[in-house]
Amino acid sequence: MSMLQQGETPTVSDALPLDEEGAVEQQTRANRRFRVPGWLGILWENRKSRVGLVMLAIFLIVAVFAPLFSPHDPRSNDFAPNLDPGSGHLLGTTTKGEDIFSQLVYGARTSLIVGVVGGLLATAIALVIGLTAGYLGGTVNEVLTFFINLALVVPILPLIALLSAYAPGQGLWVVILIIGLTGWASGARLKKAQILTLRSRDYITAAVFAGEGLWQVIFREIMPNMISLVVVGFMGSAMGAIGAEAGLAFLGFGNPETISWGTMSYWANNQGALVTGQWAWLLAPGLALSFLIMALTLVNFGVDALGNPQLREE
Amino acid sequence: MIYFVRRFAVFLLTLWAAITLNFIIPRLQPGDPAERIVRRLNPNSRTVDPNQVEAVRKMLGLPDTNIFEQYLQYLQTLVRGEFGVSYSYFPFTVTHMIGQTLPWTLVLGAVTLFIGFVVGTLLGAWAAWRRNGPFDSVTTLGATFLGTLPSFWIALLLLYVCAFKWGWFPVGGGYSGDAQPGWNWAFISSAFEHSVLPAVSILLFAPIGWILGMRNNMVTILGDDYTRLAKAKGLSERRIALWYGARVAVLPNVAGLALAVGGILGGSVVIEQIFSYPGMGRLLFEALRDGDYPLMQTVFLFIIIGVLLADLVADFLYGVLDPRVRRGG
Repeated sequence: MSMLQQGETPTVSDALPLDEEGAVEQQTRANRRFRVPGWLGILWENRKSRVGLVMLAIFLIVAVFAPLFSPHDPRSNDFAPNLDPGSGHLLGTTTKGEDIFSQLVYGARTSLIVGVVGGLLATAIALVIGLTAGYLGGTVNEVLTFFINLALVVPILPLIALLSAYAPGQGLWVVILIIGLTGWASGARLKKAQILTLRSRDYITAAVFAGEGLWQVIFREIMPNMISLVVVGFMGSAMGAIGAEAGLAFLGFGNPETISWGTMSYWANNQGALVTGQWAWLLAPGLALSFLIMALTLVNFGVDALGNPQLREE
Repeated sequence: MIYFVRRFAVFLLTLWAAITLNFIIPRLQPGDPAERIVRRLNPNSRTVDPNQVEAVRKMLGLPDTNIFEQYLQYLQTLVRGEFGVSYSYFPFTVTHMIGQTLPWTLVLGAVTLFIGFVVGTLLGAWAAWRRNGPFDSVTTLGATFLGTLPSFWIALLLLYVCAFKWGWFPVGGGYSGDAQPGWNWAFISSAFEHSVLPAVSILLFAPIGWILGMRNNMVTILGDDYTRLAKAKGLSERRIALWYGARVAVLPNVAGLALAVGGILGGSVVIEQIFSYPGMGRLLFEALRDGDYPLMQTVFLFIIIGVLLADLVADFLYGVLDPRVRRGG
């Protein structure tokens, strides 16, 4: 519980004395601005998610400053092919003569973009559908629940593969879009269930009587109580998106010219990297994927504990 | 009773929606499928011979009627079980190809699912009973971290180490060429040998979900009032864990099992592809790769029907097992 209080950093008292409405406005804005660092602080308290945050930060830095970290152009194939890991090429070169380490560095970019954009898209859809179904109830709920269940039973990987086989163009953005559009269902169901229990609380009734509008109630009153669910949902979707992109790329769907950990594995497997003894070519992208997913899983431990006091077992 | 009728109606509606989606998605693609096939057949020529397109159209029985008639025809063929001719395995029909691959996927999927479920549920129950002990920590953390590994990666390593390097198992396929498929020892032992590595790759990940699910359910239930009552009555720890905890906690897992049975049909695209296992997953992969639309559509339809049926069974099962569901709706 002491952790939660950090979220409400008292900064309002320093605010300039404005007229009353302005002060209130200032207060909410200040609260909102300080909510994010507060959250970081809470996550930081949990040992597991602290490790995850550090790992995630490393991936983020590598991805943003990829040109600084990679010794060569990841697409350049000017080097001798099939070099062993060692001097000049940290992880060796591919059969085409590309530097594997540079590809690994740029692959972090692809995976993070896929995770963030795909995750955000899936979360946004889940949020809109879950909130609408849960809050409005009645026929709207019935109809939306039907769609949620439909999307829930459709097997994701074959569907994504099917859609990307039909999709015009094979770019990364098409893959992200498809992953985002297909991965929202379980999140929507959880959010709907949560909002159903929140909706009947007294403070919501009070807010409605106080004359707050529909969207105000949903976003001001209900959303803050769902933040941990939304964050967990986002992390889950991001992990799913990263895994789905890697799996698709590994199978050869999507654009094989994109530099990602999935396409690296695809080429490594395609060129028989293991048989020719180029361990690093296949091991590196697999381990990188695993560490990124692990980082997100570790962060999730903290978020989980935040929303569910029962999980605070330490 | 109303619960079951209602549930069945939803099933029919969902099935119809899924079937219709399966009709619409391929038709959203721009261009003419016959023309695409002709282009693929002669990749070097720049122009498309209209006679060839017409011939392919006739050969595959592509419709030239309007979309509503096509939809009606599509529904009719579904009812009759006519799924057309495969583009890439011509002249074999889609039904034939599915008949060839389905048994492989069913056997591999059913065996791994069953083992994974039993092992996972037992481990999860044990971890919840001894929660926060060393066994719990090792199991929970182990399952969580195993879950972060990409399955294609593990499968490739297994393939390399156990098949290429040590030669313990064959490198791929469903059975060796000299065995005659049928109920004979040579074939069965060969098929078994070929399925070990795919099965192990699946089994490494299969129990994870069951472990975590069972553990979380049971931890929650062991904190419930009626469990406390059992404790107050002086019942033994073992009895409480088995009859008050595990028996109730297993319900969501059983429902999950029913759902997972439906998922078997699709097979594991990645694993079957890596080990060249002759199942539905690989068939789907090849259909997608070769642009074999009738085949991919039908495989996908099979997967959807399997999952929907399983979902229905899961809900019925749940309605029987847990009376609250029937009343709550």
